[in-house]
Amino acid sequence: MYRYDEFDQQLVDERVTQFRRQVERRMAGELTEDQFKPLRLMNGLYLQLHAYMLRVNVPYGMLSSRQLRQLALIARRYDRDYGHFTTRQNIQYNWVSLEDTPDILAALAEVEMNAMQSSGNCVRNITADQFAGRAKDEIEDPRVWCELIRQYSILNPEFAYLPRKFKIAVTGSPNDRAAVAVHDIGLRMHHGEDGKPGFEVIVGGGQGRTPVIGKTIRGWLEPEHVLGYVEAILRIYNMYGRRDNLYKARIKILVNAVGIDKFRELVDAEWEHLRGGELTIPAEEISRIHAYFAPPEWEELPDGAATLAAQLAENETFAHWHQANVSEHKQPGYAIVTVSLKAPGREPGDLDADRMDALAELADRFSCGELRVSHRQNLVLADVRQDQLLTLWQALSALELATPNIGLLTDMIACPGLDYCALANARSIPVAQDISRHFIDVDKLQTIGNLSINISGCMNACGHHHVGNIGILGVDKRGKEYFQLTLGGASDQQASLGDRLGPALPQDEVPGAIETLVDTYLGLRQDADETFLETYRRVGITPFKTAVYGDDTSPRRVA
Amino acid sequence: MPQIVTANRLDDGRVVFLTASDDWTADINGSALAANEEQAAELLAAGARAEAACVVIAPYLIDAEAENGQIRAASIRESIRAHGPTVPYGPPT
Ligand code: SF4
Repeated sequence: MYRYDEFDQQLVDERVTQFRRQVERRMAGELTEDQFKPLRLMNGLYLQLHAYMLRVNVPYGMLSSRQLRQLALIARRYDRDYGHFTTRQNIQYNWVSLEDTPDILAALAEVEMNAMQSSGNCVRNITADQFAGRAKDEIEDPRVWCELIRQYSILNPEFAYLPRKFKIAVTGSPNDRAAVAVHDIGLRMHHGEDGKPGFEVIVGGGQGRTPVIGKTIRGWLEPEHVLGYVEAILRIYNMYGRRDNLYKARIKILVNAVGIDKFRELVDAEWEHLRGGELTIPAEEISRIHAYFAPPEWEELPDGAATLAAQLAENETFAHWHQANVSEHKQPGYAIVTVSLKAPGREPGDLDADRMDALAELADRFSCGELRVSHRQNLVLADVRQDQLLTLWQALSALELATPNIGLLTDMIACPGLDYCALANARSIPVAQDISRHFIDVDKLQTIGNLSINISGCMNACGHHHVGNIGILGVDKRGKEYFQLTLGGASDQQASLGDRLGPALPQDEVPGAIETLVDTYLGLRQDADETFLETYRRVGITPFKTAVYGDDTSPRRVA
Repeated sequence: MPQIVTANRLDDGRVVFLTASDDWTADINGSALAANEEQAAELLAAGARAEAACVVIAPYLIDAEAENGQIRAASIRESIRAHGPTVPYGPPT
């Protein structure tokens, strides 16, 4: 994975010293909160409901075991023994103090990590396919381009004060696991007409209160022009994006206002000035960055299919886990393992310090010392030998980290909601917990098959509810928490926004409603291969609506 | 409805409530209660002084109910602020 060079390290170290001084001045009263707030946000430090929250970047989700151990140390020393992995593949600490934050940033810098630009109106952590470099369907490793964009966008003075935050995602595979269509810029690799790999550039996607599926601004872009073209887009946005209204400031509003054709014209005119200039990435630089992501020395292993099949036949619990949590690796004899952070009754994405250490240990033993964070709030061990899967599974089971539910109904995304978040309308985590307790039966979950449930505690949509096959949005009805369901959302290569099912429900009715939706699907699907989403797209919303509400779709009266 | 003043402490960010002796406590039951607008304005002024002195950030008034010596925040949000997350967190016990 990428290692800081002397410039990266110097930049991060200097930032720690600078922030330490700023904190001292704040504590001494030399800076007011109004003056200090933008400075702390630039370093990832928010004030949430109960305390300060520090958001730490995990660039495109990549973590070394050494870094994960340091994250565990920080959780123990400065927080309450745990951290929360987010939908931007980052980690958040919920209970840090202002006074400790410079020391935490210094501890992060020791392991080449930082919290710069994890907040504020700038380019945020670039996200990527969590299977990058290992997926069988991949054309090229997206991390190379993520890293180039990271270096280009970090502390780039021209884009330090964009109208609003800016999110970029990259996938190197046709099967989109990085939700690129709901990003300000999404880059999707595919083969051009002459067979050369390049990027489809998607712009103006996003969630929040105005959800939009991004539009293709350029069908094919030579990869060496990625920075130039991204810069052209950022410039047009910086120039024309609205700054008068927080809710209309994202690039999606600009693209919608002028139309994609006009927006493309503006960007292309800008691009004409930039094309072939200093942002063209030299081939040597591309190979230099490539080298950081060179795969480990894989062993020439025989395809372990026969042995594995025997192990699976012998052990049903292992087989369940294998079916859900193990994905195909491009190298024969290897497998990609997703470690579910969605155990029943736990908060999606939370991991305590002891388990961070234990997973770092397992990464060293079984997966070349590396892990990845997925945007669905799980962790990935990407280089596991097939003949070690059983041993790894046993180790994960001992840690209660072998929940066999990846891609299944209980693999929910949930934002922190009103239990932590200052902007929330309702609590997301208890809803996720209720659902995970309700659907405890593994056979039933596997019968239901692929189904994503995404939960947000308010319309900012950090829990991606718009693109959940079932979306759940917390709303406030005269001081009471209610939940609005949507159906048919997806964030893959056929991204779509969910349709509103009907009036919002009280929390205790949500698991029952999900059960009704699932039973309706099971009754309607053509065969076991037709997923919930496919059935929904075939039959539409009416049977689901009728099943949940009967004929009564009048809004619930709040007592 | 009676009101109390709450804020977050500057140094560690924790939720605190203004007491009758112009101090801050993490226990909502220690809050000074304002029975009318005038008292509420006085409490808020004390909060503003504490903000200027770099003790707390952004003090504000919230509705609260007092019963049997216990003070309850009226809204769910403020009740969660006062008592912490409603879900277990950290290492499983
Ligand atoms: S969706 Fe709303 S409640 Fe959830 S984390 Fe985002 S802002 Fe907070």
